[in-house]
Amino acid sequence: MQVTLRIQRFDPERDEKPHFEEYQADVEPTDRLLDALNYVKWYVDGSLAYRRSCAHGICGSDAMRVNGRNRLACKVLVRDLGNPITVAPMLSFQLIKDLVVDMEPFFAKYRALKPYLIADDPPPEKERLQSPVDRERYEDTTKCILCACCTTSCPPFWANGDFYGPAAIVNAHRFIFDSRDHGADERLATLNERNGIWRCRTVFNCTEACPRGIKVTEAMEDVKRALMLRNI
Amino acid sequence: MQAQVSGVLGRYTANKLGMYAWALHRLTGIGVIAFLLVHIIDTAFVMVGPELYNEAMALYKQPFFRPFEVALAAAVIYHALNGIRVTLIDFWEGAARIQERLFYGVLVLFALLFLPSAFIMLRPLFVR
Ligand code: FES
Repeated sequence: MQVTLRIQRFDPERDEKPHFEEYQADVEPTDRLLDALNYVKWYVDGSLAYRRSCAHGICGSDAMRVNGRNRLACKVLVRDLGNPITVAPMLSFQLIKDLVVDMEPFFAKYRALKPYLIADDPPPEKERLQSPVDRERYEDTTKCILCACCTTSCPPFWANGDFYGPAAIVNAHRFIFDSRDHGADERLATLNERNGIWRCRTVFNCTEACPRGIKVTEAMEDVKRALMLRNI
Repeated sequence: MQAQVSGVLGRYTANKLGMYAWALHRLTGIGVIAFLLVHIIDTAFVMVGPELYNEAMALYKQPFFRPFEVALAAAVIYHALNGIRVTLIDFWEGAARIQERLFYGVLVLFALLFLPSAFIMLRPLFVR
């Protein structure tokens, strides 16, 4: 089957600003968008730049705006996208080339909220045990692959790039609600600041964008309640 | 050289209602604030003199002003109801999961409150 791809192109060495170009790709209906992009890159125009690695929806490299909505190119099928398919980079980040954006600020925010276990008690002889109920508390937020689909779908983040954004907060949630972790207070203090959790306006774009099906807004609300009602 | 891609509503499509509920909330919020500013100014006219104040108030009673008042009522009612929805989402665990149903609730309550108000407000324009 023939599909037309409308891809946003930008070459920092030649272009003042991004523009769209059309390509034909010969793909199966059951191929993924990533296969169609590969087709363009391998057989039509080798200069097309995009990130991908695992091709199985787990590395989080190939998030992009597909028909105006954040998706992983390796996780959507061509037949579900209509024709033509519009492909553009994620919003709000600096463009590097074509579909590649600078993710460094995104990871900096992720690191700022300390996405690792903070436990000041002496390590036990074996492992730190946890009940299934306690484990379940943060199950949803363990699934994040840091693709940035949620953060770049978030209107408050478009308006203010200093907002930590849903992805960083999802990963903070993962540890705030972990019964073995003792760093909740420091993380919550950071999230209580100007560019913290209160920038969230419950738009729900993040929940809809997440390719892992994480209920992102719900996690954000958990954090808000933790701050308002002091119940973790 | 790098180009900045700024996010604007038109460049992103959401198929959950949340984004549109929020955009409408913003719009009505700004509208209500704008009216409030105008209203503070015209009320302040009373300090200048009662004639000026009365003149300003008479302006509101003009028929052409009615549709604006109806729009203001719509903005206030929507903003209040959706505000309750957002508050529920913030305080009540589980509300986030039914946010779309809550939004439909907002629309139903909006219709129940707004349509009769609009009827009462516009009726004098047509029957005397
Ligand atoms: S290529 Fe790894 S998530 Fe798509």
